Amino acid sequence: MLTLMAIIIDGLVYASWVFVVALGLTLIFGVMKILNVAHGAFYSFGAYGAASLIGLYSQTGLPVAGGFAIIIFSAIGIGLVLGFALERVLLRPMYDHDEVVLVLVTYSAFLMMEDVLRLIWGSGAYFAYQPFVAVGFVEIGEMVISNYDLLLVGFAFSLGAAGWWLLTHSRFGHILTAVIHDREMATSFGVNVVKVFVITFVLGAILGALGGAVTAPKVSVTPGMGVEVIVLAFAVVAIGGMGSITGAMIGAVMVGLARAAAVHLFPEIELFVIYAVMAGVLAWRPEGLFTRVQARKI
Amino acid sequence: MWKFNSAVKAGSLAALVSVAGATAPMAQDTMKVGVVAFLTGGASGPFGIPARNAAELIIDAINNGDMPGAYATPGIGGAQIEPVYVDEAGGSTTQVTEMRKLVQQQGVGAIVGYISSGSCLAVAPVAEELKVLTVLFDCGTPRIFEESDYHYVFRTAPHATMDNVGAARYAMDSMDGITAYAGLNQNYAWGQDSWRDFTYVMKQLNPDAKITKELFPKIFAGEYGAEISALLISRSSVLHSSFWGGDLESLIFQATARGLPQRLPMILTTGETVASRLADKLPDGTIVGARGPHGMLANDSALNTWFREAYVKRFGEEPTYPSYHMAQGFLGLKSAADKAAAAKGSAPDTEETIAAFEGLEFEAIGSTVKMSLAGGHQAISETAYGTFKFNKETGTPEITNVVRYAAECVNPPAGQSSVDWLKAGMPGATCN
Repeated sequence: MLTLMAIIIDGLVYASWVFVVALGLTLIFGVMKILNVAHGAFYSFGAYGAASLIGLYSQTGLPVAGGFAIIIFSAIGIGLVLGFALERVLLRPMYDHDEVVLVLVTYSAFLMMEDVLRLIWGSGAYFAYQPFVAVGFVEIGEMVISNYDLLLVGFAFSLGAAGWWLLTHSRFGHILTAVIHDREMATSFGVNVVKVFVITFVLGAILGALGGAVTAPKVSVTPGMGVEVIVLAFAVVAIGGMGSITGAMIGAVMVGLARAAAVHLFPEIELFVIYAVMAGVLAWRPEGLFTRVQARKI
Repeated sequence: MWKFNSAVKAGSLAALVSVAGATAPMAQDTMKVGVVAFLTGGASGPFGIPARNAAELIIDAINNGDMPGAYATPGIGGAQIEPVYVDEAGGSTTQVTEMRKLVQQQGVGAIVGYISSGSCLAVAPVAEELKVLTVLFDCGTPRIFEESDYHYVFRTAPHATMDNVGAARYAMDSMDGITAYAGLNQNYAWGQDSWRDFTYVMKQLNPDAKITKELFPKIFAGEYGAEISALLISRSSVLHSSFWGGDLESLIFQATARGLPQRLPMILTTGETVASRLADKLPDGTIVGARGPHGMLANDSALNTWFREAYVKRFGEEPTYPSYHMAQGFLGLKSAADKAAAAKGSAPDTEETIAAFEGLEFEAIGSTVKMSLAGGHQAISETAYGTFKFNKETGTPEITNVVRYAAECVNPPAGQSSVDWLKAGMPGATCN
């Protein structure tokens, strides 16, 4: 029973972390049909930015709660700047090219941004543990659960719900849906598709940076951290279906629970199990769980 | 062959090496040395950059004759070192290509490098083919010389078996009532070999203790929530981990935030590397090692004092064990070349330097290194472990209850592989 509880809690925490990262990735693909490898760099910049600012903030002696505000607002700031710059400078001139070319463009952007990151922050590690430690933990029997992790679960769920509401109940969501289904028809009805692309890409960049920013207090922020997470996020997005928010959420939960179960019960297959889940789903539904063959949707 | 940019002035060199404490380097006589370490990627921060920093420091000091004691003579074998830095990132195939470039295009006379065991395994045969004297300074796998014989390859750092024999011995020496133990190690050769060696020794020293968890998360995973939960409910007495760098720091943050160290004291074989950086974030009572007597575990000596002060002055931080290992590599090379030069009375060639290197015993920074294994190509040294404590009064990290284990206590004897030695119950081990 204790192990089952641990698997569920650990699985949900892991799923929340992966979902926050994967959300921006699936949003950009759903609307723009771009497999954005540079998402890993948004994640890294978000982590470094939050770690630096929290480090500076913690020296002021002000309440630790301010660190949570820094996580949110630093991610928004970084996502705005990087997302807009990348879309405007590198992607916009390439929209008419094949999707494979766009993947290569984002990959080269990723490599360049990793080097820029090193120029700014160097190769040393940064810490931002204060918010993580400050909220403490709860004990349930022999289990000890970090309150930061519980907050992360709630945050990821709220983010998913907000994304769903935005797409299904807001005017912008309806416009996005129109662009997703038929870009040319949407244009003929007066939708400014380029503007929609800019907003979508910046939103995706903010979400990528947010993934890094919420992770920063839990880890040592080091060069290369975006490489590992982008592979995992791709797996989650592939399971759920490229471009589906619901799919990303379900994919994240499947991956999280499978990994947690493996760690607790069969640790030797922990690495294998994530990709086994992905392979199993894709063998059954090559388009992923929540992607319709005829029409992509968010 | 040594590569001199100009003809060696044999008479001058003979005079140089025969006069202890000679002051003037032969500025026109230089030798290119390849220096290979991770300069980019996840391993650069904790390993590659400290190693490169140490290389810069030690090369300048060797060229200028600024080092204390036996190393005060300028140059190696009388020649000034001209370093050629190469990034170790990119994988084994890249490193093989880079080694060929170093030798065939750059004309290096020797190479000091390689942190990754994968790199070492890949380049060692190529070094033989190219006939280039190669000093492996940091990689840990025992397989290098246990699976092959090399003439041109030396390793001046002990291999990883020492780290885990020392860890197990210290755990048994310093902790009471270990009835069960768990392992959390990265899922590649380093982590798997470390855990294997640790468990072999524990089975010898404490056969009644049970293994409760054997966890191998992916390297650079960063998120260890499930692993920490599994350890929390494992009812183990102690946790062994060979984590390093950012993974180690992330583990410490996440474990501490959930009270793991209070329930399950940690043995961290590379823990010293983060002791200064994390300070009070590293839990008191954590057992730490440094892959030898390095950093805060180094023996007091004039050389160690000079190295630490010079490193802090130049780079603004304390040197960790990769820095010590890099310096050790260059000191080994210098000792061998100087010995060969002194015997010959002029600049030695590669074969003469190799002959001097085999079986060499030299003073490193914080320890004495003996090239005892693999026909004199593999180093052994003593090692040290201690218990971390943050001194709140002084605001400084400390390592207490330091125990030093003689080289012959924690390393296999010549002619026997690590695994065979451990399986046999470490016959011939001579401890303090």
